[in-house]
Amino acid sequence: MLDKAIVLAGCAIGAGLALIAGIGPGIGEGYAVGQACSAIGRQPECKGDVTSTMLLGCAIAETTGIYGFVTGLLLIFVAPGMFTGMLG
Amino acid sequence: MNVSINGPQIYWESSWSVPLLGKLQITASLVDAWIILVLIGVLCWWLGRGLTVENISKKQAVAELLVTTCQNFVNGNMGEKYAYFAPFIGALFSYSALCSLSSLVGLYPATSDLSTELSWALLVFVMITYTKIRTNGVGGYLKGFTTPIPVFTPFNIISELATPISMAFRHFGNIMSGGVISTLVYAALAVLSQAVFGLLPGALGEILSLIPLFQLGIPAILSVYFDLFSSLMQAFIFCMLTMLYIANAAQTDE
Repeated sequence: MLDKAIVLAGCAIGAGLALIAGIGPGIGEGYAVGQACSAIGRQPECKGDVTSTMLLGCAIAETTGIYGFVTGLLLIFVAPGMFTGMLG
Repeated sequence: MNVSINGPQIYWESSWSVPLLGKLQITASLVDAWIILVLIGVLCWWLGRGLTVENISKKQAVAELLVTTCQNFVNGNMGEKYAYFAPFIGALFSYSALCSLSSLVGLYPATSDLSTELSWALLVFVMITYTKIRTNGVGGYLKGFTTPIPVFTPFNIISELATPISMAFRHFGNIMSGGVISTLVYAALAVLSQAVFGLLPGALGEILSLIPLFQLGIPAILSVYFDLFSSLMQAFIFCMLTMLYIANAAQTDE
């Protein structure tokens, strides 16, 4: 009983920790959008190019955050079953 | 309060098992993906019927707009040389966008199942590798792994394999997270409205607390972002990355 409780607690704490990965993309995307805004402010005629490049860059910067999220999901939905199954 | 966050429902499972792959399954995402495919097929057939050169109908104007937009999109990002990629990119974009948008009408979005994206990403990976081999030859392709020095070979192999995985996980994670967050907000609003209306005195409070009134309207705002914006965005990103990787693979090293 106790070992299962420890596994579940570990999975829950790990899922919470995994979502710390959201900080990085948040800062990065905010910086990218800020730079894009100032670029559009300086040269309003290239708004289309700047916007599409910014969105692509944001999506790529988001990848690490998504990895953290997927890890969190795995820890909540897959790992407890797998590890408690191993305990028998 | 019961919240259930599940993968796609399994409709049918084979009693035998295929080596390496395990049991074959027909899941909700598979069925919905086929519904979308049939829908796109019928739409294309309908739009492509009865085309004329002069006195074009409204339908033909829409069809021409779609085709021209797609061709300009591909030409602008890959160059005129790769104009033959336009149908593939158009198909990928419409399939991905409609699969994600199908959650709006209550279908299970096929894009929130990793298998769907992984198969697209593997297809793109095969195309990238094919383009690299066609450009540089088999020797040049294999030699590309040892640049800049042979010590880097393991890292180059990892970065090569990371391409399809990151493409698949990016798309999957975005659509999946939208679904999970929507479900959680929906459940939380039910609890909130039960708590708030339970404060009302007498029978009025008892009746109102049974109806989750806060679920009206508020989830729609989230849905605009997670379903509409995120779906179209991810379809765009996936196509954009496909084009960039393939165009990049075709560049020869000087």
